[in-house]
Amino acid sequence: MPLLEVEDLRAYFHTRHGVVRAVDGVSFHLEAGETLGIAGESGCGKSVSQYAMLGLMPTPPGRIESGTAHFEGIDLLQCDARTMRKIRGKRISMVFQDPMTALNPYMRVGTQIMEPLLLHERCTRAEAQSRATTLLETLGIQDAEARMAMYPHEFSGGMRQRVLIAMALITKPQMLIADEPTTALDVTVQAQILAHLRNLQQAMNLSVILITHDLGVLSGMCRRILVMYAGRIVESGDTQTVLQAPRHPYTRALLAALPAAHRPGEPLASILGQPPDCIAPFAGCAFAPRCSAARPTCHTTACRLETIAPGHATACLRAQAGEWPGSEEGVRHAASA
Amino acid sequence: MPPLLEVDNLHVQFPVRQGMVHAVSGVSLTVHNGETLGLVGESGCGKSTLARSIVQLVPPTAGEIHFDGQTLQGLAPATLRKLRPRLQMIFQDPYASLNPRKTVFDALAEPLRVHAIVPRPEIPAEVGKLMDQVGLARHFSRKFPHEFSGGQRQRIAIARALALRPQMLIADEPVSALDISVQAQILNLLAQLAREKGLAMLLISHDLSVVKHMSNRIAVMYLGRIVELGPATSVMQTPRHPYTQALLRAVPRLTPTTTAEETFLGGDPPSPLHPPAGCPFHPRCPIAMEDCRAESPALLSIGNEHEVACPRWEKSPADGFRH
Repeated sequence: MPLLEVEDLRAYFHTRHGVVRAVDGVSFHLEAGETLGIAGESGCGKSVSQYAMLGLMPTPPGRIESGTAHFEGIDLLQCDARTMRKIRGKRISMVFQDPMTALNPYMRVGTQIMEPLLLHERCTRAEAQSRATTLLETLGIQDAEARMAMYPHEFSGGMRQRVLIAMALITKPQMLIADEPTTALDVTVQAQILAHLRNLQQAMNLSVILITHDLGVLSGMCRRILVMYAGRIVESGDTQTVLQAPRHPYTRALLAALPAAHRPGEPLASILGQPPDCIAPFAGCAFAPRCSAARPTCHTTACRLETIAPGHATACLRAQAGEWPGSEEGVRHAASA
Repeated sequence: MPPLLEVDNLHVQFPVRQGMVHAVSGVSLTVHNGETLGLVGESGCGKSTLARSIVQLVPPTAGEIHFDGQTLQGLAPATLRKLRPRLQMIFQDPYASLNPRKTVFDALAEPLRVHAIVPRPEIPAEVGKLMDQVGLARHFSRKFPHEFSGGQRQRIAIARALALRPQMLIADEPVSALDISVQAQILNLLAQLAREKGLAMLLISHDLSVVKHMSNRIAVMYLGRIVELGPATSVMQTPRHPYTQALLRAVPRLTPTTTAEETFLGGDPPSPLHPPAGCPFHPRCPIAMEDCRAESPALLSIGNEHEVACPRWEKSPADGFRH
């Protein structure tokens, strides 16, 4: 049985301008010890889907319209605040993108790392202190004991992100949601943090949901990925299969837009237009107005995520019918470059 | 032909309470007409300060900047103002660089009027042409910046820079705030403009794949210095400075490599408040020797217009970009 099973999650924002369908019928599961990647561009609902699950969505204007999210027999969307508080930060932790806004500037780093442990477990301060120090050392922070007494502003961006990871993992959670954990970091520091995350995950048999727009990061970290567009999952499957033989035009367009997929100076394959604002309802596929492979039926026929090969699903009607990618689309795509 | 832009031994320092920040320490570079020079480096390496001091937004502490044969420092403000249209800059965050109370039309008409680029009656037509050039529909001209997406705002910022018909564009992280699909649109636009108008460009980015795609030559900066400089293909395929190599290795790849290599660079870049003595990279360098701690290596040619600031460059295996 999977550790987490989400069915038909819908999270809408009720705004002055209309109802924004930020997450519109998302279903996925997460096995124990696996890393699942969620890819997509800004506003596609990749973060909101996770926040909604943990009750972190601002309500109002947000509202969970439907769905279930079973985590070890508990429906996270139905459980009361008390139960949620016992799960959040103890059994499911989160790491956010911006390490400066996620840390309290007035609190010593050590106090912040120990806080979840002292709240969730019967544990003495000395014990918490030693666990926090050990964890910081594992994350490659030298002189961890002295560092514990310092404030966030005395840390570099990479070190702050290590502190956030330590804070999330100190209670030995079963599941970690990491939302763009390395986006604010330089590549050399990103490589260090990702390596630590991989090692800790194996050591703790942790399940991870990794949200990022960086397909390269997903490729190195995840066995399975979901690609989201306009609040829905448009493709899911084994990471290398999805990246090397995408079966949704949006996934392929994303890969083709990467400079790395082109010879220097060659025009990049950009996606025309912009993502929909998710207010106006669309009858057919949300990507159809920007899709070079769209047929008239794509604009009118509702599409669902369907399995087309073992472990590989797409919401593209033409791919489901075996018409896409056809010979006219060619076979060139980013991963082969 | 002499270069359009020539930066000679530029130093920029900022006094702060704790001492002196050495943001740029002795940078020399040239950009020729119609050429794109890519400048890469991690945050805090001084790449933005370098760009800002080239356009005289930050006064250089020492060194010289020549643009089209003229020395920029010490110019009378009026003379500098005459020169400004020819050297334009676009920034990372287009929202912060556009006035929220001005419509697109006003934003584009203002530089045309101030610098008398076209006679006043022709301004509306010229604004329309600029909008065409950057791919914005003309009927958007009455809208305000907040009504646009990030990519469209960057197009407005580019149109505003183009309004003055510059010879050179300095683009500081022009796509790092944008989504991948929009990033591709803006990069295509910049490449097309550079090609069609023969614009010289200094393109600053932390994203190696962007710089590799766009540039003729690439300069790699670390802690205020250029550590490697050369034709884009040779810097990317046969990087010679250990820092450039580490940077390229750290880029996440779409196709995982079969050889498990975990030889990542340790530590953080040192603070520009207290730059280490000798080579700025020696505390993190895998091949550093005793000499590297004492003497700061100069940028030396290794042939084929490729320059490296590492005396031990032959010792480090060239290890290129493998996307």
